[in-house]
Amino acid sequence: MITKRIIPCLDVRDGRVVKGVNFENLNDVNSPVELAKFYSDNGADELVFYDITASSDGRKIFTEILRETARNVFIPLTVGGGISSVKDFERVLSCGADKVSVNTGAIKNPTLIPEAAKLYGSQCVVISADVKRVDGEFHVFARGGRDDTNIEAISWIKKCVDNGAGEVVLNSIDTDGVKKGFDLEMLKAVGDVVSVPVIASGGAGCIEDFITLFKTIPSVDAGLAASIFHFGEVSIQDLKVRMKAENISVRL
Amino acid sequence: MIAIINYGVGNLFSLESSFNAIGEDVKVTSDPEDLKRAERIILPGVGAFEDAAKKLKSSGMAEPLLAEVKRGKPILGICLGMQLLFTKSFEFGEHEGLNLIPGEVRYIGEVIPAGLKIPQIGWNALQLGIRNEEVGIIKNEGEYVYFVHSYAAFCDEKFITATTNYGADLTAAVQNKNVYGVQFHPEKSGKVGLNILRAFCEVSLC
Repeated sequence: MITKRIIPCLDVRDGRVVKGVNFENLNDVNSPVELAKFYSDNGADELVFYDITASSDGRKIFTEILRETARNVFIPLTVGGGISSVKDFERVLSCGADKVSVNTGAIKNPTLIPEAAKLYGSQCVVISADVKRVDGEFHVFARGGRDDTNIEAISWIKKCVDNGAGEVVLNSIDTDGVKKGFDLEMLKAVGDVVSVPVIASGGAGCIEDFITLFKTIPSVDAGLAASIFHFGEVSIQDLKVRMKAENISVRL
Repeated sequence: MIAIINYGVGNLFSLESSFNAIGEDVKVTSDPEDLKRAERIILPGVGAFEDAAKKLKSSGMAEPLLAEVKRGKPILGICLGMQLLFTKSFEFGEHEGLNLIPGEVRYIGEVIPAGLKIPQIGWNALQLGIRNEEVGIIKNEGEYVYFVHSYAAFCDEKFITATTNYGADLTAAVQNKNVYGVQFHPEKSGKVGLNILRAFCEVSLC
């Protein structure tokens, strides 16, 4: 049976992984290529590279890093950050990305998802949504969670999927960084309306949070996290052994 | 040399890199002469069947490919490239394939239970087919590989070297003499995938 996926996310700026990491057997902990290899060798099912570079020079470096990673790491690679046109899709796909995640770009440009899906296939297009509760409603936020777009999130995500997005990364701003577990209510709301894979993001603090996630919301296909993996608070191998013991389908 | 056929469908960077990673001399090519020179041939592919079948024909690579296969050269179709090896596909209509393996490509929704997501995206386990021990490139039962597909091949089980269970047993790997195919992405399946590519590079030339 298909397995639940565990996905570390690497924020990259000017060619370096932003959040400090701390691993033994890893010489350069801020090298995206080294870290990607490390995760791939230690059980990650997929990797997300998030480009938080602002400058065009930084973007060139990111593209080169991506190329170098794809030369050395043979698991699926999703790339996000600064994707606002099909040209951006082309740029990262030609460097070895398998999927491209769009966020603010899809809010600003409603034709981006359908155009990209037509050109590269839905399996290539990931809608990444930053969502926060505002007055009892789920709102989509833009620009890395800074701007409230006043768009109702659940119907907007469904529309993105109807327009060709093949996967959803749902990042709850409410639980992000709190480390008290994923946003189960929000994830269920999205899982109930879309038929494509849903990746949970935001809130993981320990192994138990993943177990609760997969046991409670069967429509969630994957769990994504950054700092708990980078800081070594949770090892992917330990997490997967535990998942297996809990009868959650997992690749070991 | 291993020739990866470039006919304008999808990106071949990862596939090329994966052969480099196992130390093979590899060339991404749209030159028919390279197919003659190559020891082995890879037919990749992502996207829709009809579009890919058309592009393969118009690229001028289909005929030389068939000629090399006839001479006994090992060929490996990957994902949509595997589906192209079959007689025909029912993806958005009815379209002819290369007919190197008798069989049809059909929507997996016809056989898997309702409620499962389509496409199947993710890691799933391989189950060995009945004739695998003779000649296959899939050596180990239960290893996980990465799938992304909405359609699958349906054919005589004598051609099936591995299946995967997604609510139903779906064709994961096939072989007809020197013609090999895998539905999953070996270039995205970690060490297991690289070992499968290595095994293909080691099958003896007919």
